Formats: sequence, structure tokens, C-alpha cells
Amino acid sequence: MITLTVPPTFAGWRSAARKALQEGIPPGEILWEEAGGDAPLLDLFTLEPALPASIQSPVRVPPAFMELAKRVACHRAPTRWAILYRALWRITHGEPHLLDVFVDSDVHQLMGMDKAVRRDVHKMRAFVRFREVTHPEGVWSVAWFEPAHLIVELNASFFVDRFAGMRWSILTPDRCVHWDGESLGFSPGVDRSAAPGEDAVEDLWRTYYSHIFNPARVKIHAMQAEMPKHYWKNLPEAALIPDLLRAAPGRVAEMLSRSLIKSAPAESRETIISEVADWESLKESASTCQACPLYKNATQTVFGEGPRSARIVLLGEQPGDQEDIQGRPFVGPAGQLLDRALTEAGIDRKECYVTNSVKHFKWEPRGKRRIHEKPNKTEVSACKPWWKAELALVRPSVLICLGATAAQTVFDRDVRVLAERGTVVETVHAAKTLITVHPSSLLRISDPEQREHAYRRFVEDLTLVL
Amino acid sequence: MTLDSKLSILADAAKYDASCASSGTTKRNSREGGIGSTTGAGICHSYTPDGRCVSLLKILLTNYCIYDCLYCINRASSGVQRARFTVEEVVNLTLDFYRRNYIEGLFLSSGIIRNPDYTMESVVEVARRLRVDHGFRGYIHLKTIPEASPALIAEAGRWADRLSINVELATQPDLDRLAPEKNLQRIETSMGAIKGRIDEFKTERKKFSNAPPFAPAGQSTQMIVGATGATDSAILNQASHLYGKHRLRRVYYSAFSPIPDASNKLPLASPPMVREHRLYQADWLLRFYGFQVSELAGETAPNLDLAVDPKMAWALRNPAEFPVNINRAPRETLLRVPGLGVRNVDRILAIRRWHRLRVDDLVRLRVSLKKTLPFIEVADHRPSLIGPALPAPAPFKLKQMDLFGPPVSVASGQL
Ligand code: SF4
Ligand code: SF4
Repeated sequence: MITLTVPPTFAGWRSAARKALQEGIPPGEILWEEAGGDAPLLDLFTLEPALPASIQSPVRVPPAFMELAKRVACHRAPTRWAILYRALWRITHGEPHLLDVFVDSDVHQLMGMDKAVRRDVHKMRAFVRFREVTHPEGVWSVAWFEPAHLIVELNASFFVDRFAGMRWSILTPDRCVHWDGESLGFSPGVDRSAAPGEDAVEDLWRTYYSHIFNPARVKIHAMQAEMPKHYWKNLPEAALIPDLLRAAPGRVAEMLSRSLIKSAPAESRETIISEVADWESLKESASTCQACPLYKNATQTVFGEGPRSARIVLLGEQPGDQEDIQGRPFVGPAGQLLDRALTEAGIDRKECYVTNSVKHFKWEPRGKRRIHEKPNKTEVSACKPWWKAELALVRPSVLICLGATAAQTVFDRDVRVLAERGTVVETVHAAKTLITVHPSSLLRISDPEQREHAYRRFVEDLTLVL
Repeated sequence: MTLDSKLSILADAAKYDASCASSGTTKRNSREGGIGSTTGAGICHSYTPDGRCVSLLKILLTNYCIYDCLYCINRASSGVQRARFTVEEVVNLTLDFYRRNYIEGLFLSSGIIRNPDYTMESVVEVARRLRVDHGFRGYIHLKTIPEASPALIAEAGRWADRLSINVELATQPDLDRLAPEKNLQRIETSMGAIKGRIDEFKTERKKFSNAPPFAPAGQSTQMIVGATGATDSAILNQASHLYGKHRLRRVYYSAFSPIPDASNKLPLASPPMVREHRLYQADWLLRFYGFQVSELAGETAPNLDLAVDPKMAWALRNPAEFPVNINRAPRETLLRVPGLGVRNVDRILAIRRWHRLRVDDLVRLRVSLKKTLPFIEVADHRPSLIGPALPAPAPFKLKQMDLFGPPVSVASGQL
């Protein structure tokens, strides 16, 4: 076994590999090690065209391999040198077509690294953002970028082609590249603090970005696939994303309320709402919801509460008088009864996520009191995206539907609670979905004995999901 | 009005145009002067939370319009807020953004003010100043007004990389009902004229490398889906006609959405978003996979299946074509296998000269086995039975597809 210590550059690897190949050392006998130092990664101007001529061998290395090797050399994985040599060895020892076999393990790894480097090269071209600073010789454009791989040299000529008439620098933690209008220079990497601050045009750019965005077609995953979060901190426009997302459901609700579609706007909101990734923004969006008329007469949106890691979700009907005032679910008389029943069933309410099918209190005045009124189908379905999004975040293994409204909105059909209570089935929302009565129905039974009996059955139902 | 508010209004008005492509033009750089470059491949400089790429500064010169196309937010009778950029403002905005590497170039469109020629002149003037006064080598896409004079269209092609004229609706009766000022015949005449000039440029270019360019990235168009009763078959036939006759580079499809205080000639609901997606898939199959419209959406079933992609739908209708032997079938046949894309087909062709493919290899190629296995034979797999063993179409998933788009027009600034 011999150890070859090479500068971590394409040129360094190439000259070592050329010697090793001439000596006929098989890949299994070489240990590749990287030398330290700050040598340029790719010496763009002294590259020889191809390997075969120089190794004086009748065996040809396909130019495609050398092109590939140049890019793979920019990858950060220390294993790249050994894999490159093994592939080179195989190509020159009876497998000239090796690169065609994409499914070969070496080729597959090289192609994977190549893809990562090419993607990084492309992202650098896309996400570098220049800021103009004044310089004794005039305006100088300076950008800060954090490449995933060692691609600064590889990418420099792209920026010269594009901005040859400007003077610019791209600073990165690895290497910096400078163009003074005539020649290209490289210098060691720097710290982020060396990069300039704001540029006045960024405000206009942000205006453009927020207005070219269509709030009705939120697809966060599609965005993040192409613009992963780790790039965001250096993109002036990315700071707007959380706000744009937060405002999107409201903007759509508002557009929909102005539109002529009277039926089922819920589906379109559902997509948007379901993309709002964190609970706080979800709650905040719900607080301004106007997707059905119930918001008009209620004090506030009563959103669900409880740990986001809860195993059990309890879904009720709608907030009552107390809940509406306090802004929290199940805090009135029915809530107290629920707490008691849960404790008796051996369930800790603090470990449950508790919410409602409809988030605003619907009521009728009776004298000085506000009397609960059942929400109608349109209201229940308008509110459905909210609880669905809550469930998608919590992903409980148990969902308990308290009462008919909850059961109907979950199962999307008419449910006769008294006939179906106590059944546990699997649904898309939870492995165990239970239907039972709403605690407020117990409060309405006037006969103490019957009430006690009903209460027992309620506790029994709850134990079914333990 | 400040530049910032103009930009808000005129970007808002432009966002329903689906195209933002900056690819497929000639290679240029600024080493000999000017600013900008194109490499042939487009670059997306940012992505908005709707998942769309931001490649070009896509704006309207103005959203004032004398026409009254019913599906358009900028129509004369709409209550939308109006603004108008000066030529100078658009030129500077483009350069300011370009110098900071925010964009690949400009996509300029406009509502029609005074008359088609007047509008087209201003649009062309923006492009001319960018190219001539500032030596701009970046990408320019200009929306063309079919009613504008041929000389202006010719000048537009001189400066632009791409020209587009939106067909909007697949048939003339539909246009008559919703966009009475638009005439398919005239649109096609303009497209034909543009094609003629592009061809001329290509021939000249072969003889003299410095022949003046004409829309080197070709022309494209957009059709609205679901505003009228037009079937997918009608839409795809129109697309295929335009690809064939005028050599369009791209046809974009845009799902119609109802707009506030819309005319009662418009439907109340938008088509499912997934329909737009299926049309794109079908369009791809027509252009790169050797399919004919009649194979995808024919007389008996004129609309694409929303539950499965059009290639899978075709395969399920044609069990006799399967199984396909991955190690032997010709390229055209492989392209018709559900789950195999062009790239993987080409890889398979390269690999199998040296190596018989097995299921594991398909996994490495990231082929969806669930989709593909029922239709293929590889060294270590044959489908048990074609027919009953075929996968049942997946249930139509609502998530990820908004059934209702925005209640404002999807089409805006279409000249
Ligand atoms: S009840 Fe639900 S849908 Fe209706 S306004 Fe309140 S939160 Fe929105
Ligand atoms: S589509 Fe074009 S011509 Fe028609 S109203 Fe809109 S902007 Fe005017």
C-alpha cells in the first residue's frame, strides 16, 4: 500500500494519477490523501487537453472523462480522488465504455458528485447578488456567496462573460474572485463580515418579488426544492417569504370573498393553508380568517391548543360563550366535564391537542345571553381546512370526534352519533379514530341518573383508544 | 405615482402569464462591450412561494387597455388600478436588476393604448434602447400585437430573443364570444410572418455568421383552459397545429379563473388545476415522445383523465402493446412505457450495450417501480399478467392541486 499526498486540485490529482498509471499501480494499493494549503483548485489556463498523449499510452481516455474529473475535483468529498483513479484505471484496463454504464457503482458515485457540483455551479450563477459600493475608481459590485463545493474558479468565466464591462468581486469563505474590467484575480476566502450591506435597488427588487407571487398557488415544496433554505440568508428577497406565506390565506380569502364563486371555496384554501408549515403562522392566519360569515359576530378565532407532539387530538364542534371570550378551546362547563372524564379514563388533557371543527362561536341572542347555535354545512366545510392543517401538523395516532359535527366533518358523511358511538376505525387522519358524544350533550340531560349513566358511557368510550 | 407603486401594479398585472423561460437563444457575452450574456440554458434567479421560477423581469409597460377581453383583468371595463411606465423607466429597471444579477433579462408586454401600432412602437423602443444604447446582451421576450404593422413586428424580432402572440382560446367561435377584437386568422398570419423571418434568419446565419438575428429563441403562445367548453382534444389539436405549422417553441396552458364582477358569459368556477398539469404532460408527449393527439385525447374520450397521467392512461387503454422488454425494445417503444422519461430511456440505451438491465438498475436510475414494473420485462422480472394485474388508477388527490385559482384573470397583458 502506498500513500499519495496530493494538493486537493484537479491538476494535483492528475499528475499523481498519471504517474501511478504509468507505474501500473492498481487502485486497491493507493491511499489518497489531501495536502493542506490554499492552492487554486483549477488552473484554468494551463490545463492540458487530455491525458492520453502525455501518458504515452495507446489507451485513450475519453475526453468526457476528463471533463467529468475536472468537475468532480471541485466536490468536497475526500473520497473523490480514489474513485476517480479507480474509474480511470478501469477505463484504461479493458472497460473503455465504463462511463456509459450509469448503474455501475463507481460511475454512479461520480455522476452523483458531478451532479452536485453542476447544481452548485448553476445555483451560484443564479443566487449571487451584487451590491454596489463606491470605490476610488468608481462603482464596484460586490457579492457574498457560500458555495456548497469548491467551484469559484470553475465558475469565474461565466461572470466575466456576463459582466465584463463592470468591476466586481465575489467573496466566499473558500476563495474570492475579482474582475477589474480587464483581468481576473483570486484571493483567499474571507469572512462574511467583509461583504457590503444593503443596496438601494433591493427594495424595488423585493417589491417585484412580492407582486409577481401569486398567493392562490402556494407551493412551498416546489420552491424549496429549487431554492433550499440555506441559500435564503444571502438572498434579499427571501426575507419576505414568511410574511408572504402568512398573508397568502388572507389574501386569497379576500379575493374569494370578492369573487362570484359561492360554493366550496374551501378546497382552494385548503391547499394554501396546508402549506403553511408551522403552527404559529397557522394560528395567525386563522385569526384573520373571513372565509365564512361567522367571524362577524364572534369575539375572536378560537384556535386549537396543546402539544404539537400529542398522541391524541380531540375535535369538538365550535367554541362556546366562555371560549369565545377567553380565546381558548374547551374552557367552559363542557370543557370542565371533558377534563374530568379524561382523567377518569386515564388520559392527561395536557398531553392532548384540543380543537374544534369550527373556529368561531355561532350564537343567537336570547335576552342578555348568547345561545349556542349549530353551524350549518357551509360553515363547517369553510372551516375544514383549518382543522385538517392542525391534524397534518400534529399527526396524532388517535383522533376523538366529539359529537355529530366533528364526526361528520371528519367522515364526510352524515353520522348518527348515538348509533355509531364507540366505534374505532382507521382514517387518513389517525390510525384510531373514535366517534363519541359531545360533553355538552351530557350537560343537557336533566335526569341525574340518566346523566350519570351517559357520563359513564362517555368515559368508557374514551378508554377505547388507550 | 412612485416607481415602486408602478412596479407593484404592473408586476401584479403580468403575473398570470405562465412563461418566464430564458433558454434556447444564441450564445452571447459582453467581452467585446456592453453588458450581459446568454448561454443557451436559462437561469432561474429566484423562486416565489408559488413554486414558480423568477428568471425575467416580467412586467407590463402599461395595464391601460382599450380592448375588452372578458377573461382579462386589464380589460377596459375592469376596475383595476392602472399605471404606466415610461420607456426610460423600464430600460433602467432592467439594467439595475441585471447588474445585480437578479434577472436574465426582460419579458415585456402591454395593454393596448391608443392603437396597436402606438403600443407596439413603445414596446419595441424599450428593446431597441436596451440593445443599441446600452449594448444589452441579456434575454428579451416581447409580447407581440398581431394587429401591429409588419414593419414593427420585424423590428421587434430584430431586438428580441423570443416573440409571442397569445392565442388565448382554441377556436374562433370562443374568441368571438369572449374576445371579440381577437381574430385567429390574423394571429396566425402574424405567426406565419414571424416564422418566415425566423427561417430566413437561419438560412442567412449559415451563409454569414454576422447576419442580423431574428428572434433566435423562436416564438411561443398561451391558451386559457376552462373558460369555454373547448375540450382537451380541441386544445391539443390547436397546439399541435401551431407546433407543426408555425414551429412554435412552446405552447403554455393556463387554467382559467373567474374574475370579480365578471360577465355572465364566463363560467363561475375554474377548472381543476390538475387539468392544466395534464395538458402540459400531454404536450410533452406530443413533442418528445412521439405521441399523436388522437392517441391521448380522441373522439370517444376528448378530455384527458385527471386521475392518471396521459401516458399511463394510454398504456392502460393499450394493454396489447405491453410488456416491453427493456433490454431489447427500440427507443420509440421505450418512450411509451409509463414512468420512463427521455433521459432514462437514453441512459438505458447506453447501458444495455454492455450490461443486461435488472430491477436493481432501475432503482439506481430512480425509475418509479410501481408505475413501470407492470409494463416491462427486465432480466429478473416479468409482469405476472397484463390486464387484471395493471395498477388501479390512483385516487385523484386533491392536495397539491388547488381546485380554484385566484378570482382574478389568469390572462393579463395578453396583447
Ligand atoms: S368559522 Fe372558520 S371558516 Fe368561518 S370565519 Fe371562522 S375560522 Fe374562518
Ligand atoms: S388580453 Fe390584452 S388586449 Fe385583451 S384586454 Fe387584456 S390587455 Fe387588453
